Amino acid sequence: MTVDVDVKTLVIDEQEVSARAGQTILEVAQENDIKIPTLCHLDGLGDVGACRLCLVEIKGSNKLLPACVATVQEGMEVSTNTERLQKHRRSILEMLFAERNHICSVCVSNGHCELQTLGQEQGLTHVRLPYRNPELTVDASHERFTVDHNRCILCTRCVRVCSEVEGAHIWDVMGRGIDSIIITDLHQEWGSSACTRCGKCVQVCPTGALFDKSKVGSDHPKYPDFLLQLNLMREAQ
Amino acid sequence: MSKLKLATVWLDGCSGCHMSFLDMDERLIELAELVDVVYSPIVDTKQFPDEVDIALVEGAVASVDDEKKIKKIRAHSKMLIAIGDCAVAGNVPSMRNPFGPEAILNRAYIENADTQQQIPCVVVPKLLRVVRPIHEFVKVDVFLPGCPPSADTFHTALTALITGEPLDIPALTRFGA
Amino acid sequence: MTIEELDQIAESTRAEYDKYDHEINVCMGTGCLSQHSDNLKDALAKVVETQGKNVFVRRTGCMGLCAAGPLVLVDPEEVLYQHVNASNAEAVVASLGGEPIAALQCDLREHFDEQVHVVLENSGHIDPEKIDDYIARDGYQALLTALSDMTPKGVIRQITESGLRGRGGGGYPTGLKWGTVAKAAGDLKYVICNGDEGDPGAFMDRSVLESDPQRVIEGMAIAAYAVGASKGYIYVRAEYPLAVSRLTNALRDARRRGLLGNNIGNTPFSFDVEIRLGAGAFVCGEETALIASIEGRRGTPKPRPPYPAMSGLWGRPTLINNVETFANIAPIIRKGGKWFASMGSERSKGTKVFALTGKITNTGLVEVPMGISLRKIIEGIGGGVPDGHTFKAVQTGGPSGGCLPAEMLDIGVSYDALLKVGSIMGSGGMIIMDDTSCMVNVARFFVEFTMTESCGKCIPCRAGTAQMHTLLSRICAGTGTMEDLELLEDLCITVKETSLCGLGQTSPNPVLSTLKYFRNEYIEHIVHKRCPAGVCNIEAPVEVLA
Repeated sequence: MTVDVDVKTLVIDEQEVSARAGQTILEVAQENDIKIPTLCHLDGLGDVGACRLCLVEIKGSNKLLPACVATVQEGMEVSTNTERLQKHRRSILEMLFAERNHICSVCVSNGHCELQTLGQEQGLTHVRLPYRNPELTVDASHERFTVDHNRCILCTRCVRVCSEVEGAHIWDVMGRGIDSIIITDLHQEWGSSACTRCGKCVQVCPTGALFDKSKVGSDHPKYPDFLLQLNLMREAQ
Repeated sequence: MSKLKLATVWLDGCSGCHMSFLDMDERLIELAELVDVVYSPIVDTKQFPDEVDIALVEGAVASVDDEKKIKKIRAHSKMLIAIGDCAVAGNVPSMRNPFGPEAILNRAYIENADTQQQIPCVVVPKLLRVVRPIHEFVKVDVFLPGCPPSADTFHTALTALITGEPLDIPALTRFGA
Repeated sequence: MTIEELDQIAESTRAEYDKYDHEINVCMGTGCLSQHSDNLKDALAKVVETQGKNVFVRRTGCMGLCAAGPLVLVDPEEVLYQHVNASNAEAVVASLGGEPIAALQCDLREHFDEQVHVVLENSGHIDPEKIDDYIARDGYQALLTALSDMTPKGVIRQITESGLRGRGGGGYPTGLKWGTVAKAAGDLKYVICNGDEGDPGAFMDRSVLESDPQRVIEGMAIAAYAVGASKGYIYVRAEYPLAVSRLTNALRDARRRGLLGNNIGNTPFSFDVEIRLGAGAFVCGEETALIASIEGRRGTPKPRPPYPAMSGLWGRPTLINNVETFANIAPIIRKGGKWFASMGSERSKGTKVFALTGKITNTGLVEVPMGISLRKIIEGIGGGVPDGHTFKAVQTGGPSGGCLPAEMLDIGVSYDALLKVGSIMGSGGMIIMDDTSCMVNVARFFVEFTMTESCGKCIPCRAGTAQMHTLLSRICAGTGTMEDLELLEDLCITVKETSLCGLGQTSPNPVLSTLKYFRNEYIEHIVHKRCPAGVCNIEAPVEVLA
């Protein structure tokens, strides 16, 4: 019996690894316990390559590639943690911290926030960029959940989970550039939108932008892993 | 070895960082072997001394007074350490930035006042348009984020800085810690 | 339609015009129309009619020298008149056959002699709303020849041999792109023409679409034949109403003549084109965002690979080229790839259309061979900086191009040379600045443009351009510090290297190039609190609440 698998071999951080053709660099790195920072990526959702934190260097190319969408190539030599990448990652995180009003100390996600954790992991002790301090709203019209745009980093995980997994597609992005904002329906209040109240968006939100009203203080861990189990169960059906 | 001169300063913050500093408890006695506290909200000196080795600054820069102080502190300190999220990132005091100082003064002294609705105009320093972290005004040597940084963080960081040992701040603390 | 039938149309159209003693061509491109050249044309036609002259008055597309409009070209004498209005109609008609009117005559040898027209060969000579005018000037010869005498591979070979590179800005070799799409698996493929020209000060594509729309359609049809596509889209800005109406008209005429639709030229090849209007987002000029927009989704770019050539519109292999690229195709097929490759420089072949704007005497459209020096374009063809001012910088390549100083004027214009000095070819906008421009303010202006046009998908472009803008505004206001400058440079590198699409990746170019060539102006603002050009309003900072 022959198994029809196209195997690629490549090097990630000086470690020789093998992969199936079509796998992303991120998948292969994770299989080999090589950690690449991610933010917009979430296992179980389609990738958009937007946060740019998973950019990696490829030997022989000056172009940085997003590991979450770039697929492996035979003989490719990948570096995931060079000084240049670390510098860019810190800069990108600084941009996020300065973009909106992220006040960790009073956030429901303090201690469980992916942005906060990434900041620490990447060695960020302060933000050099001027804080923009935009005036943003909080929509608490939904009976169970709240969206605080001050804490949103526009990763679009909520948009994707609502559209790809829940199939409701009530979340989307409005406006462009620095004025982009996530909206429910056609910019109606969340409470009067066609929301199915499934709460998936809250669980996948990496920061405290979407949160459950029943949680108080910073006692709001999130469990985005449910997605993988849900996908498994759906495949089994 | 002569003792290092240590100053601690309280700008626009809640004093929580100073509380946390005091939470070092018995370790403060060890620390007192190494440093002299020459200026602080918890000592009597009214004037910032001319020569300070280490200045710990809590709080953001929110008023003209704060701005004057931080410039003076920088001019007279060898090492300036921003302690706590207010000093490092603006934190809670900076939450007024999107609305401006007029709105915040109005809410505090007019809308929420039961009697004598009036915005104070003497004695209290004028507010800056936006509250900003210290490093937007002066050079900061070390950033110690946290709200507040824990007593352990203070102890480890200060010991390392005084003795010149290597210090890995992200391993100790983070924004909001 | 066969080649013989095509020749017949060409013959009879030419014979029709030969009957006239004179032809008066009136430019009715957007520039001249804005100065009422439509009234002028009506007036000319009326004078000709009342005086019973044997003269044909023709509406044409752009003649290039927009600054001197409305323009009128009298054939066969080839006399060009400038700033003509309806009141001059009688005089123009009266002068036919005699001495030209000296007061109106435009005699800019230097402007026209250095130019080589390939893309613009018909602009200003044909009526853009008459397909037979196009056919009379060898239009659709290339398509029908390709269909009857050439294999798709043969067509691609000619394009490859020509050395043509994408005219939208990227400069990707067109033949290589066509070859990739041709090889891609799938029975349904698409051809897209990118007419979402959004650079401030650029109007090359608009002018081509307004002046010679059939040329673009023919180019697309040849491309479709070469790559095996049966359906095309032209994505054009809704802000170009005249281009849209002339294109709509051109598509209808091409269908009527059997040059679009089923079994073109009595061959098995079928192809048709639809127009899609852009809704005003600059980023939709980026190919993956443009495709998303055609699909009816939010116009945001996607990471490449996969490239549209493999997976484009609705996941199908898609060839996407710019208007000017398609406009080059028919002449290449007609005259051969070698002919095209004989023009231009080592690695940039053929000609390029540039839109000259800003502080330049001859504002308008020019087409020059690649490799020509910037000095020749600006000082020669462009007529230099007007009103006794001195040249300071030229920005090539739109809002994300670099600003090059006078010392760089002798470089030859090519993709590689411009990249080397920190700018880009871009789509062909050239904005000329004189000593009244503050380069810090210029950088801020362009960053403001990219900031507002960023789609917001990736962080470096969304937040990075906004931060660049804040820092530049501080420097312009005189409140910037040397630390801000350092931070700005740092930020530029990150935005350049980490942004998702070309918009973000090139957005720091105006800052980086002005920092490279005009750093002293930044220092003046920061250290001495003065703007050398006297543009920025530097006042004492007001921080304190009164």
